[in-house]
Amino acid sequence: MLELKNINYEIDGKMILENINLRIDDHFVAITGPNGSGKSTLAKIIAGIAIPTSGQILLDGEDITELSITERAKKGISYAFQQPVRFKGLTVKDLMRLSAGKGTSFKELCNILNEVGLNAQDYINRSLDGSLSGGELKRIEIAMIFARSSKLSLFDEPEAGIDLWSFQKLITVFAQMVSKTQGNVVIISHQERILNIADKIIYLKKGKVEKYDTKDIILPTLLESVDSIN
Amino acid sequence: MDEIQMKMLHEVAELDSLPVGAYNIRANGASAARNSTANIEIVTKTDKSGIDIIIKPNTKNESVHIPVVISETGLKESVYNDFFIGDNCDVVIIAGCGIHNCGNGDSAHDGIHTFYVGKNSKVKYVEKHYGEGEGRGKKLMNPTTVVNLDSGAQMFMQTAQIAGIDDTLRKTTAILADNAKLEINESVMTTGTQNAISEFTADLNGENCKCNIVSRTVAKNNSKQHFTSRLNGNNACSGHTECDSIIMDSASVLATPELLANSTEASLIHEAAIGKIAGEQIIKLMTLGLTEAEAEEQIISGFLK
Repeated sequence: MLELKNINYEIDGKMILENINLRIDDHFVAITGPNGSGKSTLAKIIAGIAIPTSGQILLDGEDITELSITERAKKGISYAFQQPVRFKGLTVKDLMRLSAGKGTSFKELCNILNEVGLNAQDYINRSLDGSLSGGELKRIEIAMIFARSSKLSLFDEPEAGIDLWSFQKLITVFAQMVSKTQGNVVIISHQERILNIADKIIYLKKGKVEKYDTKDIILPTLLESVDSIN
Repeated sequence: MDEIQMKMLHEVAELDSLPVGAYNIRANGASAARNSTANIEIVTKTDKSGIDIIIKPNTKNESVHIPVVISETGLKESVYNDFFIGDNCDVVIIAGCGIHNCGNGDSAHDGIHTFYVGKNSKVKYVEKHYGEGEGRGKKLMNPTTVVNLDSGAQMFMQTAQIAGIDDTLRKTTAILADNAKLEINESVMTTGTQNAISEFTADLNGENCKCNIVSRTVAKNNSKQHFTSRLNGNNACSGHTECDSIIMDSASVLATPELLANSTEASLIHEAAIGKIAGEQIIKLMTLGLTEAEAEEQIISGFLK
């Protein structure tokens, strides 16, 4: 369970996040909201990549506010980047091994890759560099998070950079993978199909939590407001 | 051979015992062990220090190991090794040099390797350089490699100098005939005040010959590196040279790719990139539970792989 208490994040005199109070204990929570509402910043604050100006972060009751990215990762926080990082020389296998830990067999790593729709045989020895497409990198990024099977898995717009055709398939894969994952899954997304499989939805606007409730309550109101704009 | 020499042998040639096939192990300026086979003959030169390695035509799936180890401080040597590889061969040649210098005199090994690769032969050549020892004496290596590829010959050359060599001037020249193919992968890491210079020159003389030179280097601390790669396209040929460096601390890296086309049918490309480790790469690995130092180590070892 993750708790955020009075989180503020200010940069160059501008409030990016203001008084965020959240308690995330449902299996699958989606964060949505307009561009610039602070969604990615919030994820980075949870992962330790950005340091809040004030406030407190608790993981299973333990204060992790002062912990580094590495320490938080070891405590069980995983973070899938919106723009996956490329590495010259490091292979898919290297990254999957680092993600899964030493105890995981080669076969298990291949199974995870197959599950995100990548033929392990074709990809396992490939370098994570410019030779892979954005969609392929994204799937590998997702596979890395599932390989970690953490207490809390954060995904920052897993749909970004993926073509529509691949996206349809990815949603199915995602739903299956989430159902197998034990811990909490938090996904930043704009996609109705992802929001639709969430237990709860957090709606962020201008750095504040405007709504946080079950999908059944929030989703219709979001769709209504989109309709009224259209 | 003593324990130190055995360790050096392991570092440069991954040998813990005598290898299978032909070999010549040189330790402190003298031959420590040698074996010729039915197809591969190793002969001591009579006019200067070194050996001739003569490989009969049609020799396939055989290997030659010719590692050199130096553990005597102050020893300086120039060794000439010539490889005569017949037509239609497919062989692997493992060279390499390890210097352990715990004294105050400089130890140096200058290896001059000349390859004559026959028609349609394939050669994989692996060369690893390594130095260690806490003495004030330097560990110096100046390897020269001369490659002559006859028509249809192919050579895949892999060189690595990852640790401990204070000063190095590496020269590689190649001449390619029709349909010949040369592939070079170089990895270099320098630390402290080390200095590494690597110069490649390839004459792409034959029709449809191909050359690809890729150098990956890491420069740490106050070390200096200079990479020069010159491709001379003298016929309908294709050439590509790439120098990619990670620079850290107060190091300095100079990359000078040069292309010369003497034919309208020559297709030549060069790429050079120097930069520090991207912050996002370190952050990504930290989110997987690695410390900053472990992340850096992973990125560098992957880069030099």
